[in-house]
Amino acid sequence: MKRRKFDLAATPGKAAVGVDDRFAVATPLRKLLNKVFPDHWSFLLGEIALFSFVVLLLTGVFLTFFFEPAMTEVVYDGSYAPLQGTPMSAAYASSLDISFDVRGGLVMRQMHHWAALLFMAAIVVHMLRVFFTGAFRKPRETNWIIGSLLFWVGFLAGFTGYSLPDDGLSGTGLRIASAIMLSIPVIGSWVTSSIFGGEFPGTIIISRFFIAHVLLIPGLLVALISVHLGLVFKQKHTQWPGPGRTNNNVVGERMFPRYALKQGGFFMVVFGVIALMGGLFQINPIWLFGPYEAWVVSAASQPDWYVMFLDGSTRLMPAWEINIPIGDGYVIPPLFWPTVVLPGILVGLSTMYPFLEARQLKDRKSHNLLERPRDAPARTAVGAMAVAFYVVLTLSGANDVIADKFQISLNAMTWAGRIGLLVAPPLAYYVTYRLCLGLQQHDREVLAHGVETGIIRRLPDGRFVEVHQPLSAANGHADGHGQLDYVGWVVPKKMNRLGALGPAIRGFFYPIEKPVEAPVSPGHPPVEPRPEREEVGSGESRH
Amino acid sequence: MSPHTEHQASQGPAPLDVNDPKLTRFDIVREGARRDDIEIVHYEPQVLPGTKAERRLTRVVAGFFLITGLAATAFLAIYIWWPWQYEAGRGGDKFYTPLLGFTLGVALLAVGFGILTWGKKLLPKEVSIQDRHEGQVDSEGRTITGQTMLYMADELGVKRRPLLGISLLAGLAPVAAVAAAPLVGGLISQPHKNNQMFTTGFATAEGGQRIRLVREDGRPIRPADISTGGQLTVFPGIDHGVSNKHADSPTLLIHLRDSDAQESRRANERIGHGDYMWGNYAAFSKICTHAGCPASLYEQQTNRLLCPCHQSQFLITDNARPVFGPASRRLPQLPIEVDSEGFFVAKSDYTETVGPDFWERP
Repeated sequence: MKRRKFDLAATPGKAAVGVDDRFAVATPLRKLLNKVFPDHWSFLLGEIALFSFVVLLLTGVFLTFFFEPAMTEVVYDGSYAPLQGTPMSAAYASSLDISFDVRGGLVMRQMHHWAALLFMAAIVVHMLRVFFTGAFRKPRETNWIIGSLLFWVGFLAGFTGYSLPDDGLSGTGLRIASAIMLSIPVIGSWVTSSIFGGEFPGTIIISRFFIAHVLLIPGLLVALISVHLGLVFKQKHTQWPGPGRTNNNVVGERMFPRYALKQGGFFMVVFGVIALMGGLFQINPIWLFGPYEAWVVSAASQPDWYVMFLDGSTRLMPAWEINIPIGDGYVIPPLFWPTVVLPGILVGLSTMYPFLEARQLKDRKSHNLLERPRDAPARTAVGAMAVAFYVVLTLSGANDVIADKFQISLNAMTWAGRIGLLVAPPLAYYVTYRLCLGLQQHDREVLAHGVETGIIRRLPDGRFVEVHQPLSAANGHADGHGQLDYVGWVVPKKMNRLGALGPAIRGFFYPIEKPVEAPVSPGHPPVEPRPEREEVGSGESRH
Repeated sequence: MSPHTEHQASQGPAPLDVNDPKLTRFDIVREGARRDDIEIVHYEPQVLPGTKAERRLTRVVAGFFLITGLAATAFLAIYIWWPWQYEAGRGGDKFYTPLLGFTLGVALLAVGFGILTWGKKLLPKEVSIQDRHEGQVDSEGRTITGQTMLYMADELGVKRRPLLGISLLAGLAPVAAVAAAPLVGGLISQPHKNNQMFTTGFATAEGGQRIRLVREDGRPIRPADISTGGQLTVFPGIDHGVSNKHADSPTLLIHLRDSDAQESRRANERIGHGDYMWGNYAAFSKICTHAGCPASLYEQQTNRLLCPCHQSQFLITDNARPVFGPASRRLPQLPIEVDSEGFFVAKSDYTETVGPDFWERP
């Protein structure tokens, strides 16, 4: 029998033909490989959130193998000696086991917690980037809404997650959550009793939170994240203005190979940073808090950072109780306003913002070019106002710690927060607005008169003037140089940016080969030096 | 012929024949990009093949990958052989988690930096421009899809046969309710079962048996157990009285100084609670009326009780009235006395609702 010679080199090609015969994927795959992505460091923030979410899924699955979501009382007999013999819930005991009796369990638990904090932080910072650059405008309003919802779903994921260990700290958080539900007018007691299966704490809340935390909420997150990414893909990413960039194109790199390689590397870096934090920085040491007991709490019990703004709003709320004198009398407790109404308003305002702004500006166009924050002073100032509001609330969530560490009266801190909440946002609006205008003005000034060189020249009549380096070549204008139009991107303001400084010579101990040209990044278009630089003129002298 | 070629023909140069043997591979790549409306306008290698720079970068990337291998191996070695089980004191087990995190982090960071260096430094730089087709409305497509959908609606004929629509709605509405019913019905729980929101573990047992105040370990308390100015968390002396089953029962028993006790009694009398104290002893619910945290920080000098969760402050000598912070209601007071054996008992349950406020609280 004659054996056919096996040609190894031709195998991948044959296999590819075989696949394409069956699935006809060649052309769609080419489109995918070719898709162009614009590049800028600020576009990576959302990816940190995405990558943290992947780490959350991986570490979370590991934790489910060992966690027991039950509130049945057990007596701890694990290896953590200080708690041996203590009656506690099975949930808390199994969380201790993950920390002490599962090999490598603690590093997984801490990575999971750090990844959650990073996930929420990346969402917030990404959201700020999208807001301040106007990336939420038509046609991307839907993605903005999904992004805002992702924050709140992530918030729920975090809260249900850190409630699971049933330790002294998280039990107090659950207690407050039950009080928040109780405060809802008319249906509050029914909602609470239905969720907790009776009076607080009941015996079922941990298992209900568990299924919400490991199935319902992650499912929702996966769905929202998929749509979010799908829309970015479909609508194509926004880009900064710059040479060759228009509202109608995308200037950047094709997805493969370089862009994808950079993404893969970045994922590993995020993963690595989370691993370092999970190993080196202790977080939520539940064994120090003890099991939850309704009568034990310590000072400085703070929730995770993304919940702190609601804690702050609760602390600042004056004791305004509304009594409705009908029948036996009904009550709307003060807790209702900062914990139910305020988040409701925040969700509404944030999701509606793109439409509110478009309506205000009568803007129906599609925008694929980003705006620098200074070029939209009103929006930037509104954003600063929101940030100020949030920061005051978050700081107030830690006002007891601040009062303690800085020896300030606690009541003074509360009053500072109450006043700050009213004063700081308008102040932030005003200051930001003026800053934006000032920056705009400076950009125009540099475009018109040139860059300050730092060279002072004495004129024959004794005056001193600073010499300016104009940005455009002479065009027969009376000034000796032309004026440039502002195009929505960085205006060079230092001589070094004009190539006055030679490119850096690379090499750690000794130079490697010849000095290379200044790096060309799509985000920072190269600025050509003027052909002849001897003609340094004074910016002032033409007046 | 794919639609792309037609599209290209209308706006650009004629498509290349990709089977032309004279074309380089990059020519074909560029042609493929063109068919996706992408123009590769700038494509420049960062390091030339065979140069010192290329060899150096290759070594750097390879170095990163080797570090990954070393760190990952170290991780495995530590995972297997490092003492990991908890021991009291400063044993080597305290370094187990940090070492795991460190080696894992280094392994991942090194592979990340290796890939990043590879991508950023070794691959050619490019600038490509892809058309967005912004504002190019496919109005014909809109018309066709719109008409197709309207046609489908016509075919269904709901307009002509309204009974179909009505009956479908009438049929499906209860089905939706059926889907929701088990969830709502299963979860819903009557909040006022056994009057639970208005009673605590101190409610007098059947037969008029009054409930003792006990410590965390279940022992009853004599007046002499608390020194002047001191305070103690007490619980109902019933089964599971100390546990979370009676999460609204923890109570703070305070032995007031003479002058403070007099002030407290006067305040008690003002609201008709004249007989709630026993001697200089007063007992208040520890569950904050704001959000239910234990209001547990008692300041002896000012007789204020502070809740550490949201900093509500209650003035004990004025019926535990809230004097600062978000709480709007005073802490309920437990009427107490000493029984024939000399132990503290609750005269009755709390006469006001314990714990955070809610709508139907009278």
